[in-house]
Amino acid sequence: MNKLDNFKAGFIKENPVFALYLGLCSVLAISTTLNNAVGMGVAVIIVLTVSNVIISAIRKVTPSEIRIPVYIVVIATLVKIVEMLIQAYATDLYGTLGIFIPLIVVNCIILGRAEAFASKNNMLDSLIDGIGMGLGYTFGLIILSATRQILATGILNFSNPFTSEMMFEVRLIPADYVISLFSTPAGAFLTFAMIAGALEAYKSKASKKVKEVK
Amino acid sequence: MAELFTLFITAVLINNIVLTRFLGLCPFMGVSRKTSSALGMGGAVTFVIFGASMFTYALYHLVLNKYGLQYMDLITFILVIASFVQFTEMIIKKYSPALYKSLGVFLPLITTNCAVLYVALDNIKQGFDLIETIVYSLAVPIGFTLVLYLFSAIRERLDLSDVPAPFKGNAIAMVVAAIMALAFGGLAGLV
Repeated sequence: MNKLDNFKAGFIKENPVFALYLGLCSVLAISTTLNNAVGMGVAVIIVLTVSNVIISAIRKVTPSEIRIPVYIVVIATLVKIVEMLIQAYATDLYGTLGIFIPLIVVNCIILGRAEAFASKNNMLDSLIDGIGMGLGYTFGLIILSATRQILATGILNFSNPFTSEMMFEVRLIPADYVISLFSTPAGAFLTFAMIAGALEAYKSKASKKVKEVK
Repeated sequence: MAELFTLFITAVLINNIVLTRFLGLCPFMGVSRKTSSALGMGGAVTFVIFGASMFTYALYHLVLNKYGLQYMDLITFILVIASFVQFTEMIIKKYSPALYKSLGVFLPLITTNCAVLYVALDNIKQGFDLIETIVYSLAVPIGFTLVLYLFSAIRERLDLSDVPAPFKGNAIAMVVAAIMALAFGGLAGLV
């Protein structure tokens, strides 16, 4: 697989959220607004990329029996750094994401990529994989959050996380027609199921087409 | 006593960790195909959450807090949890090889079960004392086991039904989870 394919795989075919079902906890819990999604996505991209590079760099000196504890310590340290930075510079975001920032440590995507990819590949490939998978995760998160936010409130908006200044706001559905179910936990599961089903239908259609051409 | 009971009911039913906090979803999706493995997983998770919470509680109050090292919480907690899971795995392997086989890869993955770290962190964050910590760290995994068991029973039935092709597998399970979340939402007025 060349580098570009490697990068693209994370978006649709191997989208960590909808196709591989990784990192579901944080995805469902914080996907209520676009702001949360972007903040969480950026935090995960940073942790995933840096941890992939570090783990790839130390892969030859790590004894394989204790590799998981080693990875976990690397990841936990990075997450703590990111958590402290968010707390210091983006207080509002820290307030809404709350306990889900430290829980990035146990996000399966990060340990999963460390074990499946970074421990076997060189630093450059691991860097690309980290960014690609991180963007795929963020992409999935944004789609889910935007859908839920539009259906539940009718508004799509985004504010600068550092200054809390509103950057844009559009009303897509009149206030009388919104369905508040979608901001509840049940709505999260339901939206997720619909998107995952749609993606699966799209994929099987695409593979049928490939077969017909052949 | 009444407060402790409220804490217990809230953690088991109202703020159920899986359906309202979305934690521990990986084993929830992964080992919920059979009721027997769901119960085994529930037992293992209960043991790990309770044990790890006791350890981290002691560690935080006797060591980290005393020496002003609160920022090390995440790193020390995750190491405690990882060792505890390893320990549980050894016990299960020794005493119940059949359960060990049916849980498979999900057993070591309890380390990355967000529920475990969540309970450890939440005990500290909410400022619980020892008794409250004990109640809370038993109530949360009981809620987890309850929902996991109910869910696996529904899934066993689901295997026999005719599901639209794109929804087969995890997508339909998510729809079931949504309906369960709605049902549990009805319990919100209980306390």
